[in-house]
Amino acid sequence: MQSNKLYSAIFAAGITLILACLMIGVKLDTEGTQLAVRGATAEQWTWIGLGVGLVFLSQLFSAQIDAFFGKLPKPQLGKLLPEERKRATLKPWLIAALIVGMIIWPFMVSRGSVDLATLTLIYIMLGLGLNIVVGLAGLLDLGFVAFYAVGAYTYALLSMYFGLSFWVCLPISAGLAALFGFILGFPVLRLRGDYLAIVTLGFGEIIRILLNNWTAVTNGPSGISGIAKPTLFGLEFTRRAKGEDAQTFHDFMGISYSSSYKVIFLYLIAVLLVCVVVYVINRLMRMPIGRAWEALREDEIACRSLGLNRTAIKLSAFTIGASTAGFAGAFFSARQGFISPESFIFIESAIILAIVVLGGMGSQVGVILAAIVMTILPELAREFAEYRMLMFGLLMVIMMRWRPEGLVPMKRPHLELKQ
Amino acid sequence: MSQLLLDVQGLTMRFGGLVAVNKVDLKVKNRQIVSIIGPNGAGKTTVFNCLSGFYIPTEGSVMFNGRELAGLKDFQISRKGLVRTFQHVRLFSKMTVIENMLVAQHRHLNTNLLSGLFKTSSYRRLQQEAMDRAAYWLKEVDLLEFANREAGNLAYGQQRRLEIARCMVTQPELLLLDEPAAGLNPNETKELDELIVKLRDEHEISVLLIEHDMGLVMGISDHIYVIAQGTPLADGTAEEIKNNPDVIKAYLGEE
Ligand SMILES: Nc1ncnc2c1ncn2[C@@H]1O[C@H](COP(=O)(O)OP(=O)(O)O)[C@@H](O)[C@H]1O
Ligand SMILES: [Mg+2]
Repeated sequence: MQSNKLYSAIFAAGITLILACLMIGVKLDTEGTQLAVRGATAEQWTWIGLGVGLVFLSQLFSAQIDAFFGKLPKPQLGKLLPEERKRATLKPWLIAALIVGMIIWPFMVSRGSVDLATLTLIYIMLGLGLNIVVGLAGLLDLGFVAFYAVGAYTYALLSMYFGLSFWVCLPISAGLAALFGFILGFPVLRLRGDYLAIVTLGFGEIIRILLNNWTAVTNGPSGISGIAKPTLFGLEFTRRAKGEDAQTFHDFMGISYSSSYKVIFLYLIAVLLVCVVVYVINRLMRMPIGRAWEALREDEIACRSLGLNRTAIKLSAFTIGASTAGFAGAFFSARQGFISPESFIFIESAIILAIVVLGGMGSQVGVILAAIVMTILPELAREFAEYRMLMFGLLMVIMMRWRPEGLVPMKRPHLELKQ
Repeated sequence: MSQLLLDVQGLTMRFGGLVAVNKVDLKVKNRQIVSIIGPNGAGKTTVFNCLSGFYIPTEGSVMFNGRELAGLKDFQISRKGLVRTFQHVRLFSKMTVIENMLVAQHRHLNTNLLSGLFKTSSYRRLQQEAMDRAAYWLKEVDLLEFANREAGNLAYGQQRRLEIARCMVTQPELLLLDEPAAGLNPNETKELDELIVKLRDEHEISVLLIEHDMGLVMGISDHIYVIAQGTPLADGTAEEIKNNPDVIKAYLGEE
């Protein structure tokens, strides 16, 4: 037993050493026209040594570490909430207060905070969308960013080529992303979990590479800029109206121009979109389809024996999730004003997935909390920006060890039989 | 008078070199309880898997209500009115009892997303009908008081009954029960016995039953098929089977 531990610890340390040597230990540099191999500095070698030692020890004492994590108290966030009956009466008030708060808040804080909040809301939308696929339907999708990209490019291109407005393009973007989800999902949803993960991962890359190389339409790597901002019933938020008979918001209201109106307006749109998404998903979970997703996750064989068409049910989750990403994508390109394939790399998929896992697979409140944590923390810890991915990785490992069910474990609302 | 509901001919299922089911014929008429008995590993569950579309039989034809079932997927067969249970209970154990009953009625509900989002009247009516049907069947199997309980927390015998109710709510014509009495105490077995008879006599469906409890089988079966090592050994009424020398030999040989 002990020798077994020692062996696996040596093995893990060895792997770490090899990887570290390859990635940090030697560097290729160009010297004039030639390539030169350069070794790491003494300081870097010390760090590598420390890292290898750490891996060795953590493997050797993994049992003790596990025991330590097991002993850590698990906060029962669910228990903090008042009991079920009280919650039911409190809920509408709470939601109303929350919405009012979210509407008033931007007028009291800085532009930067509002902008960050808007970004957070985009991630909340994405997290909620992927949550349908991964959390509710149990399908591991590693290429979710593809649908986000489809939505974003749909609006950018329709706006650039045909001058269509944001509000017209929003449903089109969602619909097109859903169509892509449907077309991809149809053949691949028969696949088992890990294969599905690989295919979706590949699909995410295919879309990105396509956007990169289809220069004639998408402008390739240089992306699309000057994407029109959303308007409020035709009122623009620019300093001067762009269209011929267009009017600007500040002219209409008779106030002087301020760029923060636009930021706040975008934020309010994001709030509106998130509210729509939250409402729809809330309904879905109570509808037959939401029950079918859960049933399919619990026992696929029983579902088949009861006449449930599993492909159709999974496909619906995949398609609805994709359309949410398309929704978020259209808003993203409108807010950004500029998109390029660089915005839709695999890391984005990973972050969205991390939000879902962190939040607790299926729980909406959890996903919203996790999205806030995952977008605000990196901003607060700007000086550690280089270590962002490292910190995400660490966070995931700790979560899996300590609280694999996520921050707020899912509890689907149960339908009751009244007698 | 009574019509042929299920007509299986020459059903054969091979797994590589192993012949699990070998040229089995089965006939089930309307409003009949038909049993399949045989030692463990005889291929009874495999027959069920072939009938319900979980396996594609190597050979043979399965006619249900005069229509060939070959080529239909498992969920399509179940929608035609041939519904099964499993040897090991397969409930959605984290869901409540009533939700188990609603999942089974998925295709009878209004699954149009928009009607669900806006709770249209058709959505609410179908939902209410499904609730009523669920409540009716829960009452029939004596589980109504547990409707809002988590299915996994029910006692074993109750889980077995819930499984049958969950099948019945799909409105089948033929119910396939795989060892429903396994693990039940004598009292629960008696209740199961009464339930199955009631399904035939009052609800006018047919039941194809796999069971080891000979008391139960002999008491309620209209017809019995005996299978040993995948091959049909005998068939007939309870009286005929009890006195069949081959069957006696097979069973005595086993024990
Ligand atoms: N999927 C399968 N692959 C290979 N062999 C199987 C499979 N399913 C059943 N069998 C074999 O078929 C035989 C009959 O099994 P089964 O139908 O479960 O018997 P019974 O239900 O009568 O006890 C057994 O020998 C079993 O090992
Ligand atoms: Mg069996």
